[in-house]
Amino acid sequence: MNHFDFSVIAQAWPFLLDGLVFSLKLTAVGFLGGLVLGIGLALVRHLEVPVASQLASAYVTLIRSVPLIMVLFWFFFLMPLVLMWMTGASRPVQIGPVWTAFVTFTLFEAAYYAEIIRAGFKSMAKGQYGACKALGMSTWQTYRLIILPQVLRVVSPILLTQTIILFQDTSLVYVLSVTDLLGAASKIAQRDGRLVEMYLAVAVIYMVLSSLTSQLVAILKNRYAVPGRR
Amino acid sequence: MFEVLFETVQDGEELYLAWLLNGLGWTVALALAGWCVAFVLGVLVGCGRTSSNRAIALAARLYVEVFRNIPIIVQMFLWYFVLPELLPPDLGSAMKKMVPPWGAFFPALIALSLYTGARVAEQVKAGIEALPYGQRSAARALGMTELELYRTVLLPQALRIIMPTLTSEVMGIFKNTSVALTIGLLELTAQARQINEFTFKTFQAFGAATILYLLLALSVYAVMHGLEKRLRTPGTEPTITRRRLFPMRKEAAKP
Repeated sequence: MNHFDFSVIAQAWPFLLDGLVFSLKLTAVGFLGGLVLGIGLALVRHLEVPVASQLASAYVTLIRSVPLIMVLFWFFFLMPLVLMWMTGASRPVQIGPVWTAFVTFTLFEAAYYAEIIRAGFKSMAKGQYGACKALGMSTWQTYRLIILPQVLRVVSPILLTQTIILFQDTSLVYVLSVTDLLGAASKIAQRDGRLVEMYLAVAVIYMVLSSLTSQLVAILKNRYAVPGRR
Repeated sequence: MFEVLFETVQDGEELYLAWLLNGLGWTVALALAGWCVAFVLGVLVGCGRTSSNRAIALAARLYVEVFRNIPIIVQMFLWYFVLPELLPPDLGSAMKKMVPPWGAFFPALIALSLYTGARVAEQVKAGIEALPYGQRSAARALGMTELELYRTVLLPQALRIIMPTLTSEVMGIFKNTSVALTIGLLELTAQARQINEFTFKTFQAFGAATILYLLLALSVYAVMHGLEKRLRTPGTEPTITRRRLFPMRKEAAKP
């Protein structure tokens, strides 16, 4: 009690910043990879491709029912075995917690983004598909030129909100002892016995960043809303 | 398929299955207790967000900003590691000496309730704002107090509107209980990890826990869907909209 020393935060700052950079990298990879895969999953379901559609649906339901920590553990233990099988190696291929985190977040977020994008597909006026067909467009052209650009614009506020949640969720890589922002803080907290200062600092950093970005999303949403929709 | 669950643990009589079910029990207990607090809190703060009283609206907004924007794991650390240091010494050490698992259960419960409460509040607010403003005016014209207005007019309608998103919040709190393993609560995921560490039967341990999580999600959905049907105002049944197992995580727009 009564002997807080907030100078430890200043001393630890470079280390915390490295951690924060890793958290942001993980968020960026999860966002981009998740978006690409998510669009794929949503397309397969929306086009009702036989078998693939059911598989995609099962995947999305499974991932969304299980806690992220559980998924992290799954991949941490499974990836080495899958890689062994794929490369034909004689023993499990260790990829380490950092790569596990990148792969897990990409595959995990894909399930969440897929549901958001699929709802976007459903919200498109039916006539657009018919109009594309009447103009002789192929399915690929229809989606790439007409449907996807509109869908992404309509769902972007929800996608971005989900990405802010993703940024907060990256802190869960703590369970794999990865040095993200929280991991860095907790390592210093335990080394120096400064739990109060370090955890409060981390809480403030997360809060300020998430809060500011969600204000930004709200502003963008109003500015770039499609005229005539809602 | 899950043979390992029916083996006895290394230095004891019980089966590994007992560990897993024990973990399931703590997961359910934490989620249900957390939901009760979060729901009450969420409704109160959600009403506060729409209040015409500036001070109340600002306080409610601050609460939401703080508790929704800090990751749940950091919030748990704050209640578990930081709070005992900030309290008077005897109270702080009493907290640290609490018998397990309560020493981890209560901080986890506080964190989950406040976090989920903030998310519920935003949905309650969105539900109230979806109602025509004329209802407020009409209630005032009838001489209703603010409390009567919320209790008898706005909330009964708003809560029905947001039932689908509330369902996904309940599912969310069940999933978020797994974060409590970081402060030492042996809930479902922690027990699965422990069985894996003792037996190296990764697929069986995590597979069984995953199936239990799936069953939990299905039960939550069944209960909430049943509740929604029962509570529906007669004559307002949706005609063609198909229900989805997982409603989208949609957050209310910020002002």
